[in-house]
This record gives sequence, C-alpha cells and structure tokens, in this order.
Amino acid sequence: MKIELKNLTKKFGAVTAISRINLDIKDGEFVAFLGPSGCGKTTTLLMVAGIYKPTEGDIIFDETRVNNFPPKDRDIGMVFQSYALYPHMTVFQNLTYPLLLKKRPKKEMKREAHYVSDMMGIEELLNRKPGQLSGGQQQRVALGRALIKKPKLLLFDEPLSNLDARLRISMRGEIKKLQKDLGITSIYVTHDQIEALTMADRIAVIKEGVLQAYTDPEDLHDRPKTLFIAEFIGNPPMNLFDVEIQSEGGKLVANLGDGVKFVILDSRKPKKTVKGRVRMGIRPQDIHIDSKEGFDTRVFLVEPMGRDDLVVCKAGNVDVHFLVDPIMRLKMEDSIKLRFDMKKSQFFDTETELSLLWA
Amino acid sequence: MNWKYRIEKAIIYILLILSVSPITLGYLWLLISSFSRKTEGLRSLGWTLGNWSFLSAPPFGRNYASIWLVTLNTLLVALTMTAIVVLVSSLAGYALSRMKFTGRKTFLSLTLILHAFPSVTLLIPIYFVLRWISKIPLVGRGMPLIGGFGFNTIGGVALVMVAFQLPFGIWIMKGFFDNISWDMERSALIDGASRFQVWRQIMMPNIKPGMASLAIFAFIYGWNAYLIPFTFTIGRAGKTAVLSVYLQNFQGDTVMTNWNMVTAVGLFQLIPVMLFFIFTQKYLLNIYGGGAKGGA
Repeated sequence: MKIELKNLTKKFGAVTAISRINLDIKDGEFVAFLGPSGCGKTTTLLMVAGIYKPTEGDIIFDETRVNNFPPKDRDIGMVFQSYALYPHMTVFQNLTYPLLLKKRPKKEMKREAHYVSDMMGIEELLNRKPGQLSGGQQQRVALGRALIKKPKLLLFDEPLSNLDARLRISMRGEIKKLQKDLGITSIYVTHDQIEALTMADRIAVIKEGVLQAYTDPEDLHDRPKTLFIAEFIGNPPMNLFDVEIQSEGGKLVANLGDGVKFVILDSRKPKKTVKGRVRMGIRPQDIHIDSKEGFDTRVFLVEPMGRDDLVVCKAGNVDVHFLVDPIMRLKMEDSIKLRFDMKKSQFFDTETELSLLWA
Repeated sequence: MNWKYRIEKAIIYILLILSVSPITLGYLWLLISSFSRKTEGLRSLGWTLGNWSFLSAPPFGRNYASIWLVTLNTLLVALTMTAIVVLVSSLAGYALSRMKFTGRKTFLSLTLILHAFPSVTLLIPIYFVLRWISKIPLVGRGMPLIGGFGFNTIGGVALVMVAFQLPFGIWIMKGFFDNISWDMERSALIDGASRFQVWRQIMMPNIKPGMASLAIFAFIYGWNAYLIPFTFTIGRAGKTAVLSVYLQNFQGDTVMTNWNMVTAVGLFQLIPVMLFFIFTQKYLLNIYGGGAKGGA
C-alpha cells in the first residue's frame, strides 16, 4: 500500500506537535521516523494509525483519503514499545483477538495462530499468559498479533527499546527480514539512529515537529542537510568546530585558530562564497594520525571501545574526537600529528544551521 | 540470635499487641456476651443460647417483622446498591479517564465536592423527591422484591445510598482505569475493536481487582447504613426495616434494654460481612502480572 502525508499538522491546544509534514511511502517500503524524544514522531504514527485526528492536512492510503477512518477500517497492524498485550488473555487469545473481532470461524483462527506462531517461534507458548513470558517473547507475540490479520501497513512504535542490547540486535535483523519477505509497507518509529540506519530503506528525520530530511541512510550519513542531522546521525558523533573561512594564496582555508588551518578542497567548497565564521564538521573516522602532514597535538584521553579506541585531542581550545586502531597503543600525553580528510568535510551556516554543501 | 535482638523483638510485639487489643477485645466481648446471661467484663456469668431466640420468634411481638425478612431487606439494599454503584462507576470512570468531552474537569471537581458534602443536609429534599417518585406507577412502589424506587421501599433506600456512594466509586474506578496503559487500548482499537468492545473485553477484565474492592466497600456501606434507611422507610417496625434499624427496637422502650440480645443481633449482622470479605479478598490481593514489562 502506498502512503502519502500531505501538509500533516497536529496541534494539542496551543502546542503544535507536528507542523506540515509532507512525505510519501512506496508500496513495500520500510521507512523509519527518527528523532529525539518528544519530537512528534509517535504523534505522526498515531495519526497514521487513526488514534489521533490530524488538525490539518491529509493522510492518503493508495488513492483514498483516510483522515476520518477509524483505526479498524485502515487495515493496519501495530507493535508498541510496551508490547500492549492483553494480560488476561493467553498468547493464543492475544494472537487471535483481531480475528475474533472480525468474527472469523474458530478453525481459521487456529490455523492462522499456528502459522503466525510458527513464523515467530512462539508455538510452545500459546497457552501461557503474557505475564509468564520474557520481554523478547512478549515482543514476538505482539508482532504476531500485528501480522495475523495480514495488514497492508505495519506500524512500529519503538518496539525494541525495552529489550536488552543483544536481543535488540537479533530482533532488528528478524524484523527487517520479515518485512522484506512479506513485503508489507512499514513505518518504524525510533530514537535510535543505529536501528534506523540499519533497517530502513528511507529515514525521515523529525525535530520539534518539523521534517528535517527524508532520504536513504547513506545520503543522511554522508550528506547531512542540516547541522541537527549531522550531530544526530553517526556514532561516535561528528566533530564540529567554529572556523574562519579565509583566502590564502588563491586557496580557501578553514582557520581553526592557534595556527591550525585546513585547505578546503574544490569539491567541498561552501556554496555561498562566505568569508567569515562557519561550522565545520568532520567525522571521527575521517581523522587520521599521520607522520608527515597535519597539525601537532597531544593525546588528551583514550577511551577503549573494543574494535577502536576513541581518542580525544586538543586543537586550539576545542576537543577533537577520532578513532584509531588499538594496536597503536596510544597513551595520554603522547605527541602526534593529526590529518583531517578534507574530502569528507562538512560546512554549515552558523545562523540558519543549514548545510553550505547540500542544502 | 543474641539477647539484645530478642528484647527488641519483644518490645515491638508488646507495642503491636497493645495497639490492637482494644479492637480484638471488643470483638471478644461481643462474642462472649452474646452467649451469656450476664457478663462482668470479659467473664461470663452463665452461658446460654437464649439471646439467639430472635432467630425464631420476634422478641417484640407479632407486629414487628421477622429477623429473616429484615436480613433479606438488608441484603437487597446492599446488593442493589453494590450492583448499581459498580456498574455506573466503571462506566463513568472509564469515560472520565479516557474520553475528552466538554465539562469533564468540572464534572470531576463537582463529584469531589459531592463526596465531601454532608448528606444530612439533603435528607429533607430527598424525602420530597422520594415521595414524588412514589407517585410514578410501577417504578414508584409496584416492583417485586425491591418494592420500587419511591419512599418506604428497598429500591428507594438503595437509590439514595447509590447517590452518596457514586462520587467515591467514580474516583476509585477512574484511578484504576488511569493505571491501564493507553497502548493497550490503542492496540485493541487497531485490532478492530469498537470503543464499547475495548471497555467490555479489554478494560473490564483488567480492573477486576478494582471492581472487587469497590464492591466490598459499597456492600459494607450498604449493609451497615443506618441514617438513610431510618429516614426513608417508615421506621423500625415496618416491613422495609433493615438490620441496623431493627437493632433500635431494643432501645428506648419502657423495658430495660437486653444488651446481651443486642450483641447477638450485632454479631448476626457482622457474619455476612465477614463471609463477604473472606470470599472477595483474593480479588484484592490478585494483582495481575501485566502484559507490560517496564513499559510506559
């Protein structure tokens, strides 16, 4: 099912939770709504589900405007963060509740429950109550209940947030595979950028009720349109510095101060030929230790992270975070030379916070 | 286990025993004196079953209702009232907890004020209301069992007590509904339930402990009520008397009050409450292992 949101707006009294969101979701696509807590992503999801009514704008499923359709007429399944299982019913009754409401025959309910529980690996739990299940099992039941009526749209509201880290990673893969196998259009709300980046075909970044960007994970990571996206996407987060753009011998230079300067490449030249202060961004993995080029600094802090060490150095007055191979055995106070890979640099306007490269 | 620890424990026990003894001694006295001719403190001066003769023959003569009719009346008042209070409170509590409508806030604060309202001040106006209801055919005084909802009927007394109990009930039920996660209700709506089905099939089973505790409160209130039954029936001798009013027959006449028989009737009135509590307390303790694990 295709989905289109047109100028979607939701106000709670005087507070605008969602402001004029426009986006379209293709049939079978997996879209993530990503943003910090309270940014309005769940509100948007609940409007798509039909729990909230939009204040303005339209929600269109295929060619039909569904603004005034109650949830049960929208052909959707939803998985909640809290699982929202019915504690007084067994797993079987939970799974078949949507079919019971549709007054389907007992035989069909049994068949479908077995099909779904087999798919979710919860067959032996059918006679238990939700209170007797672990968090991961409960989430599988919730997923099964969302799938049993074969919905045309699946909604996920931070479904993995209450699971432990390992389970989260395995469920992530399972949900993605399930979605691709069944080909159901899906919207996945999360505040975890890794979930969004690994699972979604496209990501809608929302901040304070405004859609910041709607694009694929790679584009979001490599070509952030706003400062917010640059800060929010990527782990460890992008380094951001205030620099002065200057012209030196026909070349543009970003001056960090204290004699630290970087030559800006033509491919990364800020759109507006601004002279003056801008925000320069560079990801930790694009900073390298070099023996010849670069500026001199000392290691301030080393944080082992397993595969990499996260190292903090000072460049002038600001901290620079970057990743090195633990094999280098960097220690505090070691003298090193740092080179920024300027092919990967980002520039942002300090006032509008828009990218000077992509916006 | 050293001596110091033992002494500490002993002191705690002594304090606890002292603080509960007035209550337990009271019940003990009630029990002993109901089977005694006379008592001196907790000491019986001769055991007898004579105090319980009221079970077979009314001690005040033929014009008075039998204890069994009075007990039935009391049971009807308490049950009618409990049924209405639980039903109305759970519907109103759900609406107030979950739905948005004009006047919701006002309604909530009004019920709170009503809860604190001294009911005595309303006795006279309610008397006129009940007289007026009596004039309605059938509903007024022509119904089987409860008599109707007018003056001097079981239903009328129950109805007035429902009115006084509802603010409390609604607030209790609203609290129980507030504790059920919105997600569960949203989930049911998405699964295809109507709002009424959500209430019936999802919400109600999950607030059984709440309904049970409200039912216990309401039943005990109804069973023990005195002022309202006394005011809105034609008194202690009538066919509509309840136990608390019936007890009054022992007092104030020219004869000396037979206190031992009063304690027997009191104990008799206490038994159903005890039984009711024993059978419902498991609901009070029955806390569901919820479907939410650390969820909002």
